[in-house]
Amino acid sequence: MSAVSTPAAAPGRTEAAVTVRGLRRAFGDRVVLDDLELQVEAGEFVALIGRSGTGKSTLLRAVAGLDTGVEGEIRVAGEPARPGCGVAVAFQDARLVPWKRVASNVALGLRVDDTKTAARRALDEVGLSERSNAWPLTLSGGEAQRVSLARALAREPRLLVLDEPFGALDALTRLTMQDLVLGLWERHAPAVLLVTHDVDEALALADRVLVLSGGRIAHQTRIAAPRPRDRDSADMIELHDGLLRELGVDTKGHA
Amino acid sequence: MSTINPRSQALAGARIRERAPAEPGPGRQGARSGWWRRAASPIALLVIWQLTNVFHLVSATKLPPPTRVVSEAWTLISTSSPAYGGTLQHALLVSLERMAIGFALGGAAALVLALVAGLTRLGEEGIDPLMQMVRTLPLFGLVPVFIVWFGIGQLPKILLIAIAAVVPLYLNAFSGIRGVDGRLRELAQSLGLNRRETITQIVLPGALPATLVGLRQSLGVAWLALVVAEQINANSGLGFIINQGEQFNQNNVIFVALIVYTILGLLTDWIVRIFERRALAWRTPVGARA
Repeated sequence: MSAVSTPAAAPGRTEAAVTVRGLRRAFGDRVVLDDLELQVEAGEFVALIGRSGTGKSTLLRAVAGLDTGVEGEIRVAGEPARPGCGVAVAFQDARLVPWKRVASNVALGLRVDDTKTAARRALDEVGLSERSNAWPLTLSGGEAQRVSLARALAREPRLLVLDEPFGALDALTRLTMQDLVLGLWERHAPAVLLVTHDVDEALALADRVLVLSGGRIAHQTRIAAPRPRDRDSADMIELHDGLLRELGVDTKGHA
Repeated sequence: MSTINPRSQALAGARIRERAPAEPGPGRQGARSGWWRRAASPIALLVIWQLTNVFHLVSATKLPPPTRVVSEAWTLISTSSPAYGGTLQHALLVSLERMAIGFALGGAAALVLALVAGLTRLGEEGIDPLMQMVRTLPLFGLVPVFIVWFGIGQLPKILLIAIAAVVPLYLNAFSGIRGVDGRLRELAQSLGLNRRETITQIVLPGALPATLVGLRQSLGVAWLALVVAEQINANSGLGFIINQGEQFNQNNVIFVALIVYTILGLLTDWIVRIFERRALAWRTPVGARA
């Protein structure tokens, strides 16, 4: 139930993308994460769900190396977690720097010789090369998220952390974005840790769905079905209801 | 008499034509028609002002009509009068020099102080309390003290302008630096930016809008300080002209100097706004799709 270990998912990379051991995070008296164990294999797509307030974002910030107040061991590709090193984050609010044009946002902090080319290539991949000279405030919500994805991808991360990146988008745009993320994941094969509150999204995208509860990974479900997945198939509906039950949602109305 | 209004309209038109080509992008057309509409009320005021004289509503010695102010200005420009310390343009140069030196000192000090206070904890603890004290100082109450300390030469005038300029620019730049969105700081961290990159790419550009607001406020207060400084024991400059105009009961002259001050104030504000439009183009997304 608690410790989660999985066989290697992607060929070529043997080392786990993320290894978390004994992770604990408290804010004052409130313990949010307690002795949490987590392993994500190289190239594995993992979705993390949980009721609000269960510490999804806390775990995510810890894994991204953004939280200095955590206790325990976090290793990304074998190294202690450090921001900008092997891990890239796409935030829920896209978080583009408003005074930098789209291409400069993507190039920001890139440690390669030719940041311009790297940024252009990343924007090409998300289909936004024609907007590379635009100001972020002129972008639609979906476009901003695509730039944010391009910015994360341009870093060629071993681990891509996605913090509910589609939460604020309309349903149609969200589906397009999910396809885009799958395509990018298949091409670049980073490990992905997707935080979402949407069980359907988790089931559509992930190899494995983790349920965060009581400060640790309380449950996991492996999804073997090939993508694209039919959410109306009997197997998927069963997985869906199982996850909802884990989240403490009454599923009598479903199935 | 009546030729003046068409002429000032023509002048206004010339200024607008000068402005327009400097603004590329789709905003240009809207800005031009906006200026014409904005010019209407000042022009109407000029007309009414002139009419008070035409219909003898107010004595011309109390409120000289625009035409008389303009002809007085011409006299002050074309003849060097010992009573006013020389020509109007000479006075203008003297005043501009005081303003430039004082504002450069005050503005530079404000920016340096805001950077140190905004970027370091120690700087904030050391500098901010002092600046908050300076802020509450009644600026013009300093004048007698400055005379005792620095005499009646150029120095007290320049210092008064500098102190006037420091406060709003410091306060706005400091709060601009401190007010940069914490989420952007977190982003900088997640992208692995070092401290220097975070400051130059995130913090300073983020503080620029507030800093420019402070710059405009500082300019406004500094012009006020100049007027006050020059009316006290100066022997040249625009404030001196006002003083002398009062001595000789020449309201025409006072009005000329006041209008020159107004134009200078508008001009500097306009320069900052032009800069603002360039530097903060990201905030007005209209032109960005071009």
